[in-house]
Amino acid sequence: MAEPILELVEVSASYGKIKALKEISLKVYPGEIVAMIGANGAGKSTTLMAICGIVPVQAGTIVYAGTPITTISAERLPVMGLCQVPEGRRIFPRLSVKENLILGGFYRTDKSAIDADIERVFSYFPVLKERLNQQGGTLSGGEQQILAIGRALMSRPKLLLLDEPSLGLAPMIVQKIFDIISEINTQEGVTILLVEQNANLALQASSRGYVLETGAVTMADTADALLANPKIRAAYLGE
Amino acid sequence: MEVFIQQCINALTLGGLYALIALGYTMVYGVIQLINFAHGEFFAAGGYIGVLLLGVMTAMGLMESAPWMCLGVSLLLTMLYCAFLAMGVERIAYKPLRKQTRLAALISALGMSIFLSNGMMLARGPLDQPYPLEYSSGGFEFGLITINNLQIVIWVLTAVLLVALNLLVFRSRIGMAMRAVAQDKVMSALVAINTNRIIALTFAIGAGLAAAAGIMVGLYYGSVRYDMGFVPGIKAFAAAVLGGIGNITGAMIGGLIIGAVEVFGAAYISGEYKDVFAFIILIAVLYFKPTGIMGENIDDTRV
Ligand SMILES: Nc1ncnc2c1ncn2[C@@H]1O[C@H](COP(=O)(O)OP(=O)(O)OP(=O)(O)O)[C@@H](O)[C@H]1O
Ligand SMILES: [Mg+2]
Repeated sequence: MAEPILELVEVSASYGKIKALKEISLKVYPGEIVAMIGANGAGKSTTLMAICGIVPVQAGTIVYAGTPITTISAERLPVMGLCQVPEGRRIFPRLSVKENLILGGFYRTDKSAIDADIERVFSYFPVLKERLNQQGGTLSGGEQQILAIGRALMSRPKLLLLDEPSLGLAPMIVQKIFDIISEINTQEGVTILLVEQNANLALQASSRGYVLETGAVTMADTADALLANPKIRAAYLGE
Repeated sequence: MEVFIQQCINALTLGGLYALIALGYTMVYGVIQLINFAHGEFFAAGGYIGVLLLGVMTAMGLMESAPWMCLGVSLLLTMLYCAFLAMGVERIAYKPLRKQTRLAALISALGMSIFLSNGMMLARGPLDQPYPLEYSSGGFEFGLITINNLQIVIWVLTAVLLVALNLLVFRSRIGMAMRAVAQDKVMSALVAINTNRIIALTFAIGAGLAAAAGIMVGLYYGSVRYDMGFVPGIKAFAAAVLGGIGNITGAMIGGLIIGAVEVFGAAYISGEYKDVFAFIILIAVLYFKPTGIMGENIDDTRV
């Protein structure tokens, strides 16, 4: 197999005295969609924030595209093609939709390519075009999620970390968002690490999955195997 | 009537200066929720460096041939100096405390304020530093009303700086990044914005504007002193609170209102109490409407 685009080796992180991550190891290969599932407070978001240099790593190493990024400052990662759509979407509420999109590609200076990419985002998400000058905070939850993904695409990511894209959305919109995620993966060749509480949906969209429990990886397998696993079915698929 | 118009002219001048200083408070508060008590000192430092540079240019004999050019150059250099001074202060006194409680940074700001004003006293002594008088001569008279050249210069310069700031914050890429950092620092870092650099830049811009006000106050009142930052600093802070702290347009409006209240209060109520009016407004705003004129509701002009 090819080199992984992302590799975590025994990564630990804490918030004060609370140990949030205990020696997490995982790999993501180019072109994959990998799911990370787990209950509330398992450490999924913390893992993504540690990868992105927001939560400091206490022990272990993180390698992205052959480069160690364990201690790199967060703002340098999007430039390298590593990008996150964080939990809760974190749209800049008092910036317009257009400004939110432009900020997604903040490090880029190629004005014409940026404009072209904004058009490309509109082709995925026509609703954003109608809302262009509206403030981000006034969009609906689904529109904000779409904007958050669009904003991430503006940085031309190679690896996209998605934190609970289905959170709080109606089933129809969730399906649409997952279709778009697959499309981004196949059409644009973006590798995706997908954090979800909706384990069923996430595993169906993925080729492999990791299960996180209280800050540790307790299971790693192909998505199909996880979907068929009785323990997983009992714990995460509500059976 | 003439008196009233004359007071309006004075109010506009003073209000513009307060607005320039108030912007520094409001911008810094907007991005890191810190009330930078050392901000008044950047204003004072501006007055000090300005008088120093003008003195040097007088000694070089440039003043007689090209006084306005001397002023322009001094102004630019002073703004630049104070911008770097503010970035240094931020780096030393605030940045290391950014993850601590807000109170820690606030106390550090008070300490910095005392340090800077004493530094100026030690460097230049406790006495007034006189400004050259060339600039205040000449002007227009309409009956009893006079507008001197200096007032016009102050208006124009204030207006230019305010417009430039608005363009920077609301029309430029950097300004967009500043507004983003004010709204969500983590997300800003996730879109490749160097938040530390933006915070430093915010301090620099605020201090540059205050420094310009410092020079103009020196010219307008004829002298500067090491402790001149304190009272105008608090008045400008009152202006920022009145306008809605964190809100740029609010700071401009607040500055003009505080200037007007002070001038008219002094003229029609009591000259002796002129410094008190701003404080009354500050207390009233904090008591009745802590979010200020432009707070909460119209918040799209927050930094
Ligand atoms: N900023 C913080 N300060 C202190 N503790 C935190 C902080 N953020 C998260 N934690 C703790 O770290 C643990 C892991 O949290 P994390 O947000 O990574 O969980 P998660 O798997 O994303 O959960 P969810 O599915 O609810 O989003 C939790 O116990 C949480 O309480
Ligand atoms: Mg989470």
